[in-house]
Amino acid sequence: MAFLVGVAFAIVRMKDLLAVIMLLGIYSLLSASFFVAMDAADVAFTEAAVGAGISTLLMLVTISMTGRSEHPVRHKPLLALAVVIITGSLLIYGTLDMPYFGSAEAPIHQHAAPRYINDSMQEIGVPNIVTSVLASYRAFDTFGEVVVIFTAGIGVLALLSVVRRREYTINDDSFNHSMHEQHLILRIVTKMMIPFILLFAFYVQFHGDFGPGGGFQAGVIFASAVFLYTMLFGTSTARQVINQSFIQLLAATGVLLYGSVGIVSLLIGKEFFDYSALSADPITGQHLGILLIELGVGITVASIMIIIFFNFVGRRNNLQHKENEGD
Amino acid sequence: MLLGLYNYWVVIVLMMVGFYIVIAHGNLIKKVVGLSIFQTSVFIFYISMAKVDGGSAPILAEGIKQYSNPLPHVLILTAIVVGIATTALALALAVRIKEAYGSIEEEEIQKKDNQIC
Amino acid sequence: MLTHLPILQVIVPLMAAPLCLLLVRPRLVWLFTLIASGFTFLISSLLLQQVMTSGTIIYELGGWEAPWGIEYRIDQLNAFLLLIISAISTVVLFAADTSIRQEIPADRHTLFYVLYLLSLAGMLGIVATGDAFNVFVFLEISSLSAYALIALGKDRRALWASYQYLIMGTIGATFILIGIGLMYQMTGTLNMDDLSRRLPEVAQTRTVFTAFAFVIVGICLKLAMFPLHLWLPNAYAYAPSIVTAFLAATATKVAIYLLIRFTFSVFDFSFSFTHIPLQILFVVLGLTGIFVASTTAIYQTNVKHLFAYSSIAQIGYMIVGFSVSTVAGLTATLLHVFNHALMKGALFLALGAVMYRIGSVQLTQFQGLGRQMPLTMAAIVIGGLSLIGVPLTVGFVSKWYLILAAIENGWWPVAVLILLGSLLAIVYVWRIVEAAYFKLPPDGRESIKEAPLSFLIPIWTLVIANIYFGVDTRLSVQVAQAASQSLFGVSP
Repeated sequence: MAFLVGVAFAIVRMKDLLAVIMLLGIYSLLSASFFVAMDAADVAFTEAAVGAGISTLLMLVTISMTGRSEHPVRHKPLLALAVVIITGSLLIYGTLDMPYFGSAEAPIHQHAAPRYINDSMQEIGVPNIVTSVLASYRAFDTFGEVVVIFTAGIGVLALLSVVRRREYTINDDSFNHSMHEQHLILRIVTKMMIPFILLFAFYVQFHGDFGPGGGFQAGVIFASAVFLYTMLFGTSTARQVINQSFIQLLAATGVLLYGSVGIVSLLIGKEFFDYSALSADPITGQHLGILLIELGVGITVASIMIIIFFNFVGRRNNLQHKENEGD
Repeated sequence: MLLGLYNYWVVIVLMMVGFYIVIAHGNLIKKVVGLSIFQTSVFIFYISMAKVDGGSAPILAEGIKQYSNPLPHVLILTAIVVGIATTALALALAVRIKEAYGSIEEEEIQKKDNQIC
Repeated sequence: MLTHLPILQVIVPLMAAPLCLLLVRPRLVWLFTLIASGFTFLISSLLLQQVMTSGTIIYELGGWEAPWGIEYRIDQLNAFLLLIISAISTVVLFAADTSIRQEIPADRHTLFYVLYLLSLAGMLGIVATGDAFNVFVFLEISSLSAYALIALGKDRRALWASYQYLIMGTIGATFILIGIGLMYQMTGTLNMDDLSRRLPEVAQTRTVFTAFAFVIVGICLKLAMFPLHLWLPNAYAYAPSIVTAFLAATATKVAIYLLIRFTFSVFDFSFSFTHIPLQILFVVLGLTGIFVASTTAIYQTNVKHLFAYSSIAQIGYMIVGFSVSTVAGLTATLLHVFNHALMKGALFLALGAVMYRIGSVQLTQFQGLGRQMPLTMAAIVIGGLSLIGVPLTVGFVSKWYLILAAIENGWWPVAVLILLGSLLAIVYVWRIVEAAYFKLPPDGRESIKEAPLSFLIPIWTLVIANIYFGVDTRLSVQVAQAASQSLFGVSP
């Protein structure tokens, strides 16, 4: 915990954004390990993939476009400091009546949680309780979550997408060839690793019922395989493999798949997202429902991450082309 | 009492560091970093709540009697995704602002806006 | 199907959004969005009917009962808001196809509609749900889509406004998340109804007080209540006209809903108002907001900015009604929510028409517009009269109820101040009227045509509604009263 505080303070002082982003990545990783210590395996997995992985990557691409250092603030931030101190004190004041850390008597362990822990095996039949809460009891929240990530992807598209011109593709190809000689080892190793990464992604996707994992983590891992490929082989090659409009359709399909499971339940006459409507045996229905929605999640997350990445990199390439033309 | 709540207090300090960065620093990217720290610290807060002494990860297995609470885990999974969605959008805005204003420092942007009016 | 209305209310726009990506031609996407929004309006009217006759509707998602599952809980309050949001959305969309052709690049049109539907679904989801964390998730859906929509504005200041809104909005949402966490910590539940039953036992603890504080501050950031209103003027001024018309009439209403819901239903009335000096705080902040914002509006040269500041003032009126915290006060606030949506929807749409024809909303450009765009300017005048609170308009009705509520409560000074605020509104409305009708058009401007029908129809629908509901107040008052009575636990 002390490490986290140290890292946080270091971030405040540093002006070099590259260092700041690296420190943020470390902060994420430390948080993830803290989560493991707190028995939150799924959360640690997701935080490591998303916070330390995707977040760091996007920030690095951004500062490659916006500049590496921060200008010092000229005036003394006394008002900010005052606000922060008041807020912090209020929070500390609030904790004084809270149940102690780790206490098993706390209200939250008495009220809703016991049913999840004790009954979920009979009601849903899945060992990973987090998955049964996420994908069944509170499936609607997770649907909202998928929609949130979809929204962000559309937003990034709306902000950053550029129409690629033919000359750019030709320039990129010659750039790729020169890269080929320089990074031969990396390219060969990557080509060998990508299938394993993709396989791991599929494993995480389908094993989420039994161990930590599930749609989100799987989607992010799948996307990172694509990122690796793109970084080493160039965006134009990657775009040939993964077409822009196709990936947008894929993202939409993921959300629609998730929602359709709910609509099928409606059509059969039960509530939205009531999986017991999906099959004669309610437990099978639960399994089927969870499988389908996790698939929807995985598809959407993977596609949106790829869309976001491609748009950031595409914008950067566009900028570089403009600069080259200007010279 | 000190030991029982120590964990929470450290988290609050972290939250406030993040919050401070957001409001006190002018660089748009730094603000996003601060927001990220602020949000991650809230996650740590929730997860600390969920821990039960002597419990283990909420995956049903033979022989384990005590489990930590799975509900906050679910909430935080969602919150992490919401966080990255916000970060992505904020960074995209920063890129566009840099292109449009030539700078991502709050003071310089406001100066340019005031010059026009 | 009728039993599934609550969830359909949110699912229809939510699923329509990704479906837009599957359609190829933007014109088709517009039509599809319009139909989806129309359906949403239909559903909300049916829901309101159901609730007014048979009482609160409860819908358990996934078949799991609360608090283990998420439930939708529709009572008179949310049904009313669902109606307002979906109605405004549909009316505004009529003009969308024409308006965005001028303001947004063609390759972004489909994305615009996707974001619009997501924003609509997000807001409906916030209002319909009975689960506190679900509120957070849908709050983020509506917020993220709003940030993106605002950033689509032509002027580069739209980008900066969107970023500032993002930062302030995310801080607000994170505060709400902290508050929910603290509440959960003390009660073990996330369901709002369940919370209302379990919070009283722990209401005296410092943790619950802190939870309340964080939730309220977070909501007030989203509400643009003075002094946390700084993001609103720029966001409304530089966003595309349709976006402003839509958001101005709906986004802050959702925040008011959350405020009311949390102070009355979750933390109950005695806690919110007697244990904590909320009344005094809100009445002071509300009144200050009215005066500061109205005065700032007078000095604006950009008419969109002017009306944005006017919106902040109107929010101030709603806060004052809320702080009176009687059935009458809450009725007044809810009436104003309804009326403000009609007024500002019409006004910002009309401004959108002006922007479409002359490409600017600077006050100097408004000169002579009274003659050149008579129907549009007439709409703006009527909207302005409504803002001031002239009888026969909807604005008069809510001001009337507001003043009555204040007087009933013995708050004479407040009633006087409300009247003074209206005087300030006269000043800024007059500036526009003066420019449009009493000044000559700037040199070199050839004759401008009136706004196209696609604008005039929705604008005048809202204006006529403005007048109709100003004269026949039965519907709006009935629903508003029923809603506030149910919140106070009085059977209607």
